[in-house]
Amino acid sequence: MPDTLSFVPTESMLMIQQTARDFAEKEIKPYVMQYDESQEFPLGIAAKLGALGFLGAVFPEEYGGAGLSALDFTVLIEEISKVDPSLGLSVSAHNGLCTNHIFMFGSDTQKKKYLPDLCSGKKLGAWGLTEPSSGSDAGGMRTTARRDGNNWILNGSKTFITHGSVGSTFVIMAVTNKERSKDGISAFILEKGMPGFSVGKKENKLGMRASDTASLIFDSVRVPAENLIGKEGEGFKQALTILDGGRIGIAALSVGLAQGALDASVKYAKERQQFGKPLAEFQAIQWKLADMAMEIEAARLLTRKAAFLKMQGVPYTLEASQAKYYASEVASRAANEAVQIHGGYGFIKDFPVEKLYRDVKLLTIGEGTSEVQKMVIARQLLQ
Amino acid sequence: MNILVFVNHVPDTETKVKVGADGKTIDPAGINYMLSPYDEFAVEEGLKLREKFTGEVTVASLGGDANKETLRKALAMGCNKAVLLKDASVRDSFAVARSLADFAKELSPDIILFGKQSIDYDNGQVGSLVAEILSMPSISVVVKLEINDGAIVAEREIEGGHEVVCSTLPAVVMAQKGLNQPRYPSLKGIMDAKRKVIEERAASFVESKVEVLSMRKPPAKNPGKIVGTDVSAVPELVRLLHEEAKVI
Repeated sequence: MPDTLSFVPTESMLMIQQTARDFAEKEIKPYVMQYDESQEFPLGIAAKLGALGFLGAVFPEEYGGAGLSALDFTVLIEEISKVDPSLGLSVSAHNGLCTNHIFMFGSDTQKKKYLPDLCSGKKLGAWGLTEPSSGSDAGGMRTTARRDGNNWILNGSKTFITHGSVGSTFVIMAVTNKERSKDGISAFILEKGMPGFSVGKKENKLGMRASDTASLIFDSVRVPAENLIGKEGEGFKQALTILDGGRIGIAALSVGLAQGALDASVKYAKERQQFGKPLAEFQAIQWKLADMAMEIEAARLLTRKAAFLKMQGVPYTLEASQAKYYASEVASRAANEAVQIHGGYGFIKDFPVEKLYRDVKLLTIGEGTSEVQKMVIARQLLQ
Repeated sequence: MNILVFVNHVPDTETKVKVGADGKTIDPAGINYMLSPYDEFAVEEGLKLREKFTGEVTVASLGGDANKETLRKALAMGCNKAVLLKDASVRDSFAVARSLADFAKELSPDIILFGKQSIDYDNGQVGSLVAEILSMPSISVVVKLEINDGAIVAEREIEGGHEVVCSTLPAVVMAQKGLNQPRYPSLKGIMDAKRKVIEERAASFVESKVEVLSMRKPPAKNPGKIVGTDVSAVPELVRLLHEEAKVI
């Protein structure tokens, strides 16, 4: 493992980038608008992602993973998200949330039981923290788990869960001791089909429409005691750690989306003629492109720095929040400017930036809003 | 089955090639290199043969250290072993083929796969020359390959149709587009490739028989002519295509 962060990508990083780029161009790009319109999760593409190892990218080979570093992973997410942020989100959430939670905090038995199918993509993973009445304030959780002999009985619901309706393996946070507040939350592994466990409403969304988002309902779901992850009461602490890693994923997704917006804008600016010359020759457009490129590079460096720290095994909460906050705001500006550069053609679905403009809004909201990131950053400064 | 695939490291298909200062080589500045696309079909076919018959796929390339990138890609796709036949000289097809044949002889493969041509110099000769040197059957421009009990049935692309030929192993087969759909290297493949050692050995020295004297770009194309923009221009367009361009 490198102990210095190099600006020169390694040979394997370049190969991962090229593979992800080729795959996204040939296997995803032709269908992006189809899945966006129908809001259907592309199971066929997900199966191919699984076969190439994208769904177990960062996990060790003993569980069927590919063993990529956190840094390699940012490259992978960036390339997919350039073409389709919805699938970038799928890969990021599958790796970074459910699967990572079991990998980091699960027992050996749990890892052996669940990780191989998650890494191969045979099963998709979902992770449930957010509830109808608690989003950023995850401590206000209402889903409960009550011990009953060798089982836990779960009651409640989760909302906005990525892979909610297509997932088969779920990590769910629930309150096991109300008095202990955040220290009274525990994490459980649930499987699709457990009696009382059902999928609620699939959301109709502004963007990221190919990504599956649904609510989950627990009506006295009996979960075997061996499905508790780690110790009772550690669920919330585990979740915060998982979110730190997840934020690097969203930051990489943001960088990818922004780069996609810039690439489309550069191409359009060279082709589109106005007043007898290409848009690219107007300084007003050049300045937009220059700002986009500079901000994207800064966001990429912050993202890679956070990933690098994660690889070193040192704390990276501050850097992950900085990267997620900055990169998602950069992506929002880039998508906005990309539509502006395209003018009327940016407002219709024939050019890719219309979709990026809708997709990008999730990034300043999901896995902690920009405001929450600022809280996290400030807390790190003031503690 | 002992499968040998020869691959070449060539400028990316999107490269805008410039002639170098010496007037007889290309200017390497700013060029991205890649596994030659027809060679990629050859690699894929080698892997498919291994899946069917078991055995081993060895991939080899003649050239400098830069060729390791292409060998690494072939390893990531799933080849077992990679060999770099190190050589820094400029060679013609014959000199390349002779060295490749020397290496192939040692390995005594059941089949040797090439792309139908490398997309750099486009001579399209190396595969056939290697077959000739090794006294093996040579089947070029192959779009379908079936092997059973050492017998080959292959479909070749010919002008306006396909030709079906048969032969026996060992043989040299040169891949054409359509033979297969090359796989993407999996992430596991990429990580495995990182750990594999690329064997390096000096390519045997062979003198070229053909020397490049100069290289030049084709003359710039004449700009197109807009005859008109609506249906009334059609008769004039037809007349020009018929009388001036003489294409219809």
